[in-house]
Amino acid sequence: MKIAFTTKGIYWDSVMDSRFGRTEFLLVYDDEIKELTNFDNRAISNEAHGAGPKTAQKLYELNPDILITGNGPGGNAATVINQADIKVFIGASEMTVKEAYEKYKNNELKEF
Amino acid sequence: MNIAIASGKGGTGKTTLSTNLAVLFAESQKVVLSDLDVEEPNSGLFIKAELVHEENKFKIIPEWVEDKCTLCGICQDVCNFHAVIQLGTKIMVFPELCHSCYACSELCPTEALPMIPKKMGVLKHFNQGNLSFIESRLDIGEEQAVPLIAQTIQYVNENFLDNIIKIYDAPPGTSCPVIEATKDADFVILVTEPTPFGLHDLKIAVETMRELKKGYAVIINRYGIGNDDVLEYCNKGAIPIIAKIPNDRRIAELYSSGKLIYNQHADARRQLEGIMDYILKLNQVIIK
Repeated sequence: MKIAFTTKGIYWDSVMDSRFGRTEFLLVYDDEIKELTNFDNRAISNEAHGAGPKTAQKLYELNPDILITGNGPGGNAATVINQADIKVFIGASEMTVKEAYEKYKNNELKEF
Repeated sequence: MNIAIASGKGGTGKTTLSTNLAVLFAESQKVVLSDLDVEEPNSGLFIKAELVHEENKFKIIPEWVEDKCTLCGICQDVCNFHAVIQLGTKIMVFPELCHSCYACSELCPTEALPMIPKKMGVLKHFNQGNLSFIESRLDIGEEQAVPLIAQTIQYVNENFLDNIIKIYDAPPGTSCPVIEATKDADFVILVTEPTPFGLHDLKIAVETMRELKKGYAVIINRYGIGNDDVLEYCNKGAIPIIAKIPNDRRIAELYSSGKLIYNQHADARRQLEGIMDYILKLNQVIIK
């Protein structure tokens, strides 16, 4: 299973990014091969409009089963994510990626 | 003549000024008041007039025709607003993000994105004596004010002669909707309050008007609170201050109960008459 995170860095102890569309990185953890990969999304800060769908499109390409994020995607991004059949868990703000992953495993995050 | 009432900072008194000025003008001549703050129009709360016309307003957006599409991806590459996105074998269109530029539709090699109308709001036209009041209201969920503002100004231009005084109540701020609401104005009145926040946003509004090469002047509302920094700023920059509306609890009480002040408050009326004279003189200069 592949799990995506919205983050401000590329390591397990990096801080989560509570934003979806304007997240700095998308981290993807594949728990079968125990591998953590990342996509640098920082170019999104140059976009005045449509950050949500743009990031959601990238997420669609990364093709995770689960997304763990903070505030949750907005309406446009959520439409894209629905198409991709990705389950979204929110509330993972103000914590490291590792803490967010543990909270998810302990069913402590809310499903969007 | 087109007069836009703008501000930078919200809540400085654009609507109070626009509505009272319009009704004062209407005592002696024909006047048009148009509320361009289409995201939250509120001039109508103060204007009692008869609805004479109502029409839906549309923006033009692309609609994906799956059968014709070859999934070449040109549409999403040319969209500056990420309003068209390719997801696998699907093209998704986000109408709220679309700026109706036609790029995706025109550049599609197989005509798979024809442009279609989508309702974005409603325009209403009211009359009362000399006053015509035009209000547009964006539908809930619509993200773009600019197309509706543009169409509202167009409606006014098509329905009223050039020599009638037209007062446009602009949205707050200095972003796209304000540019749209002021760019065709003959003159812009910036309403501010004499506070640090008022001054901060006034400076941005003044810079915007300079960029647009507009004639503009300042009205200080709630005069008597705060400090003299706005006065000093205007004096230094040779920006005319055409009225100072006093800070008075009575004005706030009238406003809060949905009433106009022009015939209820002597000092405010004097200030409004001063503004009216200023506009009429400007109008003569423009006519010449």
